[in-house]
Amino acid sequence: MAEGRTLLDIKNLRVSFETPKGIVEAVRGVSFTLGQERLGIVGESGSGKSQTGRAILRLTAAQGHVTADHMVFDGIDLIAADERALRRIRGNRISMIMQDPRYSLNPIMSVGQQIAEAYQVHSSASRREARERALEMLRTVRIREPEKVYKLYPHEVSGGMGQRVMIAMMLIPDPEIIIADEPTSALDMTVQLQILALLDDMVRDRGMGLIFISHDLRLVASFCDRVLVMYGGQIVETLDAKRLHDAQHPYTCGLLNCLPGIDRSDDVLPVLQRDPGWLTEREPAQ
Amino acid sequence: MIDVKNLEVRFGQGTEAVHAVRGISFDVAKGESFGLVGESGSGKSTVIRTIAGLNSGWSGEIVIDGVKQGNRRDRAFHKHLQMIFQDPYGSLHPRHTVNDILKEPLIIHRFDDPDRRILNALSEVGLDPSYRFRFPHQLSGGQRQRIAIARALILQPKVLLLDEPTSALDVSVQAEILNLLVRLRRDYDLTYVMVSHDLAVVAHLCERVAVMNRGLFVEEITRQQLRSQTPKQGYTRQLLDASKGYDRALVDTFEEFN
Repeated sequence: MAEGRTLLDIKNLRVSFETPKGIVEAVRGVSFTLGQERLGIVGESGSGKSQTGRAILRLTAAQGHVTADHMVFDGIDLIAADERALRRIRGNRISMIMQDPRYSLNPIMSVGQQIAEAYQVHSSASRREARERALEMLRTVRIREPEKVYKLYPHEVSGGMGQRVMIAMMLIPDPEIIIADEPTSALDMTVQLQILALLDDMVRDRGMGLIFISHDLRLVASFCDRVLVMYGGQIVETLDAKRLHDAQHPYTCGLLNCLPGIDRSDDVLPVLQRDPGWLTEREPAQ
Repeated sequence: MIDVKNLEVRFGQGTEAVHAVRGISFDVAKGESFGLVGESGSGKSTVIRTIAGLNSGWSGEIVIDGVKQGNRRDRAFHKHLQMIFQDPYGSLHPRHTVNDILKEPLIIHRFDDPDRRILNALSEVGLDPSYRFRFPHQLSGGQRQRIAIARALILQPKVLLLDEPTSALDVSVQAEILNLLVRLRRDYDLTYVMVSHDLAVVAHLCERVAVMNRGLFVEEITRQQLRSQTPKQGYTRQLLDASKGYDRALVDTFEEFN
C-alpha cells in the first residue's frame, strides 16, 4: 500500500492510438495509488510505462485516446479536468523529467534563464527574485559554480549537468508529484546514481511523490519503495522493492534471470520465453 | 591476432585538439575475447574505431594477424575484421532489404553462391528465411542487430569488433544477442574486442578487460578478478560498486579520477 498521504489515485487507465492498421491499445486498465514515496514503473519497450506517465499529465499525443474510471489528484479528477485546470497543475504541482536534456531544453536560452522562467510562470515573482531562486536551485542540485553555469547554453553543459538543470527546473515550483521518465538512462552509472541521490533527498525532504519510469529492474528495485512491473499495457505484478526476489510473475522472474551478472559464471543466459497468456486482459483488482 | 602498441589518437588541431587516446598498448590472442570498459569520453570506442580504420589521426603501431596497418586498409583487412555498432537503427541502410544488406559485402569481396551464403547467414543468427526480403523498419531492434551480425559474419572474418552491441536493446533481447555472440565465437574460433560501459556484459563475454579513463588504461583485469571483486585501482572499485545498484551512502563516497 502507498505510504503517507495518498497523492494520486488512478483507476482503470486506458490509452489507445488510432493507426492506419487499426487501434493499438498502449495502456490497458492500469490502476494504482501513489503516496509520499518512490514508486517505480518497470517494463521493456512497448510495455506502456511511458504512456502511463504521460497520460497522468494528459500529455498523450493528439491521436491518442485516454480514458479512466478516475484519476484523482488532490480532489481534482484529471480525466475530467479542462485544459485551464490542467495548465495550473502541469509543471506547477505535477512535473515531469524527460530522458534526454539535450532535446528537452531550449537551445537558444541560457540554462539559468530557463530555470528562472519556470519559477516566474508559476509565481508572481520579479525577475531578480526568480534569478536568485534559480541560483539557489542550482546549488541544491549540487552544481559547483552556479553563477557561471547560469549563463551557459544547453550545448555547453555535459549530459549529467544538463539533467541536473532539468531537475532544478522541474523542482523550482515545488511540485507535489514528480514523474521521471528514464531520467538517467543516457548517463554513466556513477552520474546516474548521483542524480538518483538528488531525487531521493528531494522526495525525503519535501515529502513529494515520485514516479520513476525505467527499463532497469535492478536499479529501480534498489532505488524505489514499490515497483509496478508492466507488460503489454498491464501491470502484471506489484512488488515491495525490498522483496524483489519474491517475484511471482514469470515475466518478472524472466527479466531478473536474463541479466548477465559479474558474479554469474554460466555461459548461456536463460532467455525469456514469452507466454501469449500474459497478454490476456485481467479483471481489474478490487 | 591483435597487437596494439603506444596507440595515441587526436582529434582537431591547435588549441581545439582533443587527445582522446593517450598511449595504450594491449594484445589479444586468437580466439580470445578482450573487453574495454569505461565511462563516456574515456576513449574506449575511439580505440576500436581506430583499429577498424575509421579514424586517421593516430600514431603508434597496430598489427592485425601479423600485418602492420597504416592509415589505409586493404580489402583483405576488411574481410578478416568486421565491426558491429551500437545502434541497430542507424547501422543498416533504411532503403535496402535484408537481402541487399547481406549481398553487398559478398559482391565487394567477390564471393560465389550468394543465395546459399545469405540463407546460411540468416539461419546462423537465428532468423527465418522469410526475413530475407524485409526492410529494416519492418524488424525489431533485436532482429536488426542480428542482421548486423549476419552482415559481419557472412565474410567469415577472424576478428569481430563490438561497440556496445547490446546497449540499445531490451534486457531480454540483450540475453539472446549475448548468447548468440558466445556461440558464434565458440563455433568459428572468432577473436572479439568488445567495448561496453556495462561491467556485467563485459564480464559475461570477455576473459580479460581493460578499464579506461580519460584516454588511458587504468588497469587490465581478468574475469576472475572482476568476479572476486579484487581490482587494484580505486577507479575500477568505484565502477564495480556503482554497478551494484543504488545505495545512498555509497554515492557520497564517489570521487573524481583524473
